[in-house]
Amino acid sequence: MNAGQTPEPIHMARERDHNHHMLYQMLLIRRFEGKCAELYSSMKIRGFMHLYDGEEAVAVGVMQSLTADDAVVATYREHGHALARGISACSIMAEMYGKREGCSRGRGGSMHLFDDKTRFFGGNAIVGGGLPIAVGLALADKVQKRPRLTCCFFGEGAVAEGEFHESMNLAALWQLPVLFVCENNLYAMGTALALSESVTDITAKAAGYNIEAEAVDGMDLSAVEKAANKAASRVRSGKGPVMLECRTYRFRAHSMFDPELYRAKSEVEAWKGRCPIASFIRLLKEKGMLTDTELHEMEERIAIEIDDAVAFAEAGMWEPVEELTRFVYSDRRTE
Amino acid sequence: MVEFRMPSLGTDMKKGTLVEWKVKPGDHVKRGDIIAEVETEKGVIEIEVFVDGIIEKLLIQPGDEVLVGTPIALIRTEGQQETEIKAAAAEQDEGAQVKEGTESPLQYKACSIAAHRAKEQPEQTREKLRAEAGGEKRIKVSPAARKRAEELGLDLTTVRGTGPDGAISLADVEKAAIAGKPAERKAAWQIPTGPEGADFQLGMRRAIAAAMGRSNREIPHYYLETRIDLSRAVRWLTEENKKRSVKDRILPVVLLLKATALALTEVPALNGYWIEDRHQPVEAIHVGFAIALRQGGLIAPAIHHADLKSLDELMVDMKDLITRTRSGGLRSSEMTDATVTLTNLGDLGVESAFGLIYPPQVALVSFGRITDQPWVENGMIGIRPVVSATLAGDHRATDGRTGSQFLNALHRYLQEAERL
Amino acid sequence: MNSIKNTVKMTYREAVREAIREAMRKDERVFLMGEDVGRYGGCFAVSKGLLEEFGPERIRDTPLSESAFVGAGIGAALGGMRPIVEIMTVNFSLLAADQILNNAATYLHMSGGLFNVPIVIRMSTGGGKQLAAQHSHSLEGWYAHIPGIKVLTPATLEDARGMLWTALEDPDPVLIFENNTLYNMEGELPVDAGALDIDHALIRRTGTHVTLITYGASLFKSLEAAEQLSKEEIQAEVIDLRTLRPLDHDTFLKSISKTHRAVIVDEGWRSGGISAEISARIMEGAFYDLDAPVERICGAEVPMPYPRHLEEKALPQVETIISTVRRMVKSNG
Repeated sequence: MNAGQTPEPIHMARERDHNHHMLYQMLLIRRFEGKCAELYSSMKIRGFMHLYDGEEAVAVGVMQSLTADDAVVATYREHGHALARGISACSIMAEMYGKREGCSRGRGGSMHLFDDKTRFFGGNAIVGGGLPIAVGLALADKVQKRPRLTCCFFGEGAVAEGEFHESMNLAALWQLPVLFVCENNLYAMGTALALSESVTDITAKAAGYNIEAEAVDGMDLSAVEKAANKAASRVRSGKGPVMLECRTYRFRAHSMFDPELYRAKSEVEAWKGRCPIASFIRLLKEKGMLTDTELHEMEERIAIEIDDAVAFAEAGMWEPVEELTRFVYSDRRTE
Repeated sequence: MVEFRMPSLGTDMKKGTLVEWKVKPGDHVKRGDIIAEVETEKGVIEIEVFVDGIIEKLLIQPGDEVLVGTPIALIRTEGQQETEIKAAAAEQDEGAQVKEGTESPLQYKACSIAAHRAKEQPEQTREKLRAEAGGEKRIKVSPAARKRAEELGLDLTTVRGTGPDGAISLADVEKAAIAGKPAERKAAWQIPTGPEGADFQLGMRRAIAAAMGRSNREIPHYYLETRIDLSRAVRWLTEENKKRSVKDRILPVVLLLKATALALTEVPALNGYWIEDRHQPVEAIHVGFAIALRQGGLIAPAIHHADLKSLDELMVDMKDLITRTRSGGLRSSEMTDATVTLTNLGDLGVESAFGLIYPPQVALVSFGRITDQPWVENGMIGIRPVVSATLAGDHRATDGRTGSQFLNALHRYLQEAERL
Repeated sequence: MNSIKNTVKMTYREAVREAIREAMRKDERVFLMGEDVGRYGGCFAVSKGLLEEFGPERIRDTPLSESAFVGAGIGAALGGMRPIVEIMTVNFSLLAADQILNNAATYLHMSGGLFNVPIVIRMSTGGGKQLAAQHSHSLEGWYAHIPGIKVLTPATLEDARGMLWTALEDPDPVLIFENNTLYNMEGELPVDAGALDIDHALIRRTGTHVTLITYGASLFKSLEAAEQLSKEEIQAEVIDLRTLRPLDHDTFLKSISKTHRAVIVDEGWRSGGISAEISARIMEGAFYDLDAPVERICGAEVPMPYPRHLEEKALPQVETIISTVRRMVKSNG
């Protein structure tokens, strides 16, 4: 293909479809989280709930680099990852409600979304706790010679945990196919990165384990997608793990019950000005790939999808109390 | 119209105090707008709205503290996109005043003092603590010993404990039972169940020894005997049995059993116990039916409510009881519930029997063999089937007059077998 | 007389090794991972020689990163492998407690039954070798507190040989605690020894006067005490729990209904330990059968001291078992 030439229409169409798909996912996450906040306020959802507003480009961008066979290990702020991975909004919302139709049968709630069909291994609410599991999943793949990778999301808070360092070391030592994705949103709950790390450059830590690392603007979907594709290709080439640091920001409080005493409103407003969804919409419009009508239709479809999810969750069943102690041990023996 | 309620931002958020409204009536609001600031236990939190609309009315003022779920504003919505989700917590009264929990600190204090003392001097102060707690001084008995004593009808206050701190053990109870310690409750009919053998025999003899020794020592027996003409009864029974298959036939002893039970309903003083120096008649008639074991010894398990059962039912019960007695399958209630005992030695060729009452019962009814005897009635001599019926009575509980009434009643019932 | 020998002499250590070897041969998915399991041959020499036989991929040395390699074991199990993870001692397992409790034990439930974790974690436990306060404790009772995992405590050669395979076949996480004083224990094992049930306690000696409930190294102390007591006409029944979770209480409750007395022998600390749990089950299930209070002979409540005489004093000993039983039985006439 020669530069400067008009791309083939089919290529253009494919690119537009892809971009629309990503925009749809980011918007779906944003609207889904808004609905969750509403439902939490009216006590339909309980427990701890952490919303993903502002970080959508990370989950959506990174997921583009994964295949259906890959595994995902996520954190407790994982509604976005679950949606972007393709778990249905219905089963995620039912999980929020604690209903039997939830993706974890209602037993996990907001922090513990699981799905076997998409190989989504949680929803881990121990900071750093998912990293060793990702290492193990990758180990199993390598030993069994399966060409797939494990993508492990964690916040910058996890970097202070021993499990981060142990896992980086192990993955690098054994050259395992792990894509480590650090979602650096600058605050571990209410503690700023600078107040918890002697070295605030996360990629510098990867260097200590001889792991290739790249930092990317987590508010820029295209940048994230590009970096993720590159990192995933390298992981797939068998050269061991790669770390991707996505510099991002959460627009909402840490969890629902958080007056945000630790950060200035002006700071939040400044970051909101860099909203990944707004800037992506701008970009697509500039490229002539999105019209207002298309955007409006997209919002309509999302509203329906979310209404359906709420209706599905409302109509869901409660697990009978007789089943309380089920799933402590397996019902059956494995082969 | 949508009620905007004090949101719940965490399970530990119970209430909120309005700091400031960011809107006033008439203002347009969009989903996601911040419309108020609310003070919580964690600090001031901005409250967002989840509908598009116009503020109709503000229901609370800055400084007001309300429970989560309380309506705080009315919003007129626009278009059809409203999705009103009602608050789940139905138990919360709308607009209710905040009530603080009132946990009594006193309870905690009392607990911690007691725990503290127990820790300091566990041994010495145990009694004292019990006294403080208002507990009675109590004989220490192991649970197994307590269970066994109950089976044996043994009064634990009469048993000497040899365990730690004088506690009564299982062995103490067994020893007391063998030594014939005064039992103050039910009959000592408990014999070891389980595999037959030397131990079983030994236990059996010991149980009988304990019960009979005590009976002979304690109970002042009186004896009354009468001979009863059974010709009508036998005739009726013969006819009755012709209607039945061989396996359903009724034995004469069942007539004796039923008649005894019915006679006791007329003379209830003989049905019951002598416990704690007191005569305690019992309403329910559970006839202990003495069953000899082939390998020696005997047991008198109870046939419950014998007065209320038909002859057929009694026949079935008796067969079942005999089978289970000989196979060791008796229930504990059958071993301990008898209120009177009936012994029938007729099968063994005995003419009449004068046995010992099984304490704490107050009467024993014995029957001998049914024999053809010369019988005078209306000045005529005839040959009639006759049985000897004997009553052994506890003279502390009843007198010969009561006993006579019983034998008369028994006689009467046996002349009207068809009514049994 | 058959001259063919159908038993073979071996140590507990060799029995565990044979069990691992058999599992590795039977199932490609099985691998052993832990600190110094390969080139060093295992801290307690359990895996000696296995590296040569199976290679470094399946006998996998790890860095000193308990949390990461236990977590990696969980991940590998989720990824279709059957890992045997070795932790040198139970004290070190605390560095991986997060992974064991928060992940291995919870995944099946949190995921509503989607993800089970078929991992086996072996570790040494127990005192008696003068290893002092960071290598000598018996924390298996702690782990038995956790629903979602199984806790095995093989004491005999048969169990050392036979419980591992059954554990590997189990769909859920199984922890195996090997008392380090048993590794050198020698005995005869049938040549055809193989997989054994992991769900039941076993009566190792029958008796009528008292039930000794125990597991692990204390089993042999209890058996020794029972032997000596029999010379005084006191017949002790000895129950080897074998598995602390799920706890097979039926076996000891049944025994107590016969003996009416129970003594629990446990190296672990007494407060809040597995002995307390067993005692509570006896109260719930056999209260009316008891003729004496339940007694416990446990590890002294002290971080394990180094000198031999103090360590001996801190652990249950045969003499203590004998005197406790004697007092219990004799005072009850």
